[in-house]
Amino acid sequence: MSQFRTSFKVGVFLGYRQLKRASRWTTGLIVFIMTLTFLNLVVVSGILIGLIVGGNIANRNQYTGDVILTTPYGKNDIQQSQNIISTLQANPHITSYSERFIDGGTIEANYKTRTDFNDLANTTSTQITGIDVNHEEQFSDISKYVTEGNFLDPTESGYIVLGSNLLERYASFDTGTLLKGVYPGDTVKVTVNGATQEFIVKGILKSKVGQVSLRAFITENDFQRLAGRSSLDANEISLRHDATLTDDQAKQQLVASGFDSVAKIQTATEAIPDFLNQIKLAFGVLGNMISAIGIVVASITIFIVIFINAITRRKFIGILKGIGVSPLAIQISYLLQSLFYAISGSIIGTVIIYGFLVPLLNKHPINFPFSDGILVADPMGTFVRFLILLVVTLIAGFIPARMIVKQNTLDSILGR
Amino acid sequence: MIKIQNITKEFQNGDVVTKVLKGITLEIKSGEFVAIMGKSGAGKSTLMYQMSLLDHPTSGTIAVDGKDVTGLGHDARTRFRLDNLGYIFQDYALVPELTAIENVIVPLLMQGKSDDEAERIAKAALEKIGLGHRENNLPSQMSGGEQQRVSIARAVAHHPKILFADEPTANLDSESSQAVIDVFRELHKEGQTIVMVTHEAEYTAHCDRVIHVVDGQVIE
Repeated sequence: MSQFRTSFKVGVFLGYRQLKRASRWTTGLIVFIMTLTFLNLVVVSGILIGLIVGGNIANRNQYTGDVILTTPYGKNDIQQSQNIISTLQANPHITSYSERFIDGGTIEANYKTRTDFNDLANTTSTQITGIDVNHEEQFSDISKYVTEGNFLDPTESGYIVLGSNLLERYASFDTGTLLKGVYPGDTVKVTVNGATQEFIVKGILKSKVGQVSLRAFITENDFQRLAGRSSLDANEISLRHDATLTDDQAKQQLVASGFDSVAKIQTATEAIPDFLNQIKLAFGVLGNMISAIGIVVASITIFIVIFINAITRRKFIGILKGIGVSPLAIQISYLLQSLFYAISGSIIGTVIIYGFLVPLLNKHPINFPFSDGILVADPMGTFVRFLILLVVTLIAGFIPARMIVKQNTLDSILGR
Repeated sequence: MIKIQNITKEFQNGDVVTKVLKGITLEIKSGEFVAIMGKSGAGKSTLMYQMSLLDHPTSGTIAVDGKDVTGLGHDARTRFRLDNLGYIFQDYALVPELTAIENVIVPLLMQGKSDDEAERIAKAALEKIGLGHRENNLPSQMSGGEQQRVSIARAVAHHPKILFADEPTANLDSESSQAVIDVFRELHKEGQTIVMVTHEAEYTAHCDRVIHVVDGQVIE
């Protein structure tokens, strides 16, 4: 043990001075490569997963909230909706909620200027969604997604706000059933359950959440009149809780109140469509595969660096062994150098990730068609990647050092 | 101090076997200053490498202070060299990233000495050879003669039983060479056993004995 301690001490003595007096450019270059490797390890998978997580966050913010109650299979609406709402209002941990009334309907535009009735009508089918404007605004701040015109005013009647993907000029796909040439101020005909009413388009909502961009919104009162509903039972209730509750706890409170018999209750995570979870999983695997390539490249880089370093210093390694320095001490000196490269690269990489990239992408997400991509860099995951890089680098540094140290002492001294 | 019994050394290259040492027997007493001379290729350095445990003889035995060291394993030989032997090489062989004092400190630390003790001993060794003022210089900042003297300081700082020097003046001008030989003389006066390989006869004047190696055999 004391022999090991002595070898370790001498190894540190030699390694520290080799690093200290090495070319700054060379050291800088190796650390730079290690930084890029670390970024590659964390950022590639982080961004791939961030595409899905960004979508999930938007879904939570604009649609599901922390917990969502939806109409159970086989029912027309959530019975006892007013009872549920009263419970939510009485719960001090529920910070906001929004009840939504939904029915399938069609929207027809430009019917006044249509001259040839052999042409197809300018029409689209969608979910007509009646909302309490104040509740929805408090819940999702929905008006900030208005890209043209304005959002609904709770004191007004006869206005409709259309999701952008109902309009041909916004949709990135053309199904042939999208509204053409519709702008705020235009009048459209909305038909629900056979009843038709004219509405003035007040605004267009642009969002990457399908439940916003593919719906048409009117006030709750207009919806009740149009759909001819007499009950106040909603089809969706989304809610948000404060930090004292978890999503599961909030859900359990509703289940404990017996509301699971009248509504399908899901946390935001449970409400994520399964295919999105599958994509997230696939992206994670893809990210890990790319990271693995990065690790291999980094290990080869370290191997070459240490090998060249050791082979060019073979004579001095022989001399050190000749004067009695243990091979272990020499190997430790090279391990220390590898350790320095890996730790320096990881520290710089971590500073770049958490000090620059994460805040930057949170503020300016990557604009993907289906989500606003962020960088997901979970600290524990980052730490695990750091450990992987460290171990791989140590092995990559140890092998060439051992190869050179194992050579015959006299041959090394004489350069044979 | 060192007893060598009938050692041989052969090198094999394919089917060709070259006998470099052909059964050498000799003894070097404690406190002796011995020069090994011979023409290039005569086997003088090879003989020194066997005596100094840097190489294994093909046959024969080597004993230091009555202890047979021929059969020592790799680690034991390394430890034996560290504790008992000192080395000076033709091309100084200082570690380029280490300053003069750091080069001297390394074997002392390896012996298990504390940082302070190793530094104190290293400083004293450098002072003794007149390089106290150069202790923080890297080898590249010193002349060849100075580097060789640092190499001597490194070799003797831990008071080895035997000091081996392989052509220590071969790369030096006459002034630096003389300075190195003067250091050897001082060490010899203090009782240091020295075995020096050289092909320069003028530097053997102060040796107790000159061993001539001719064609792998000793002629005293």
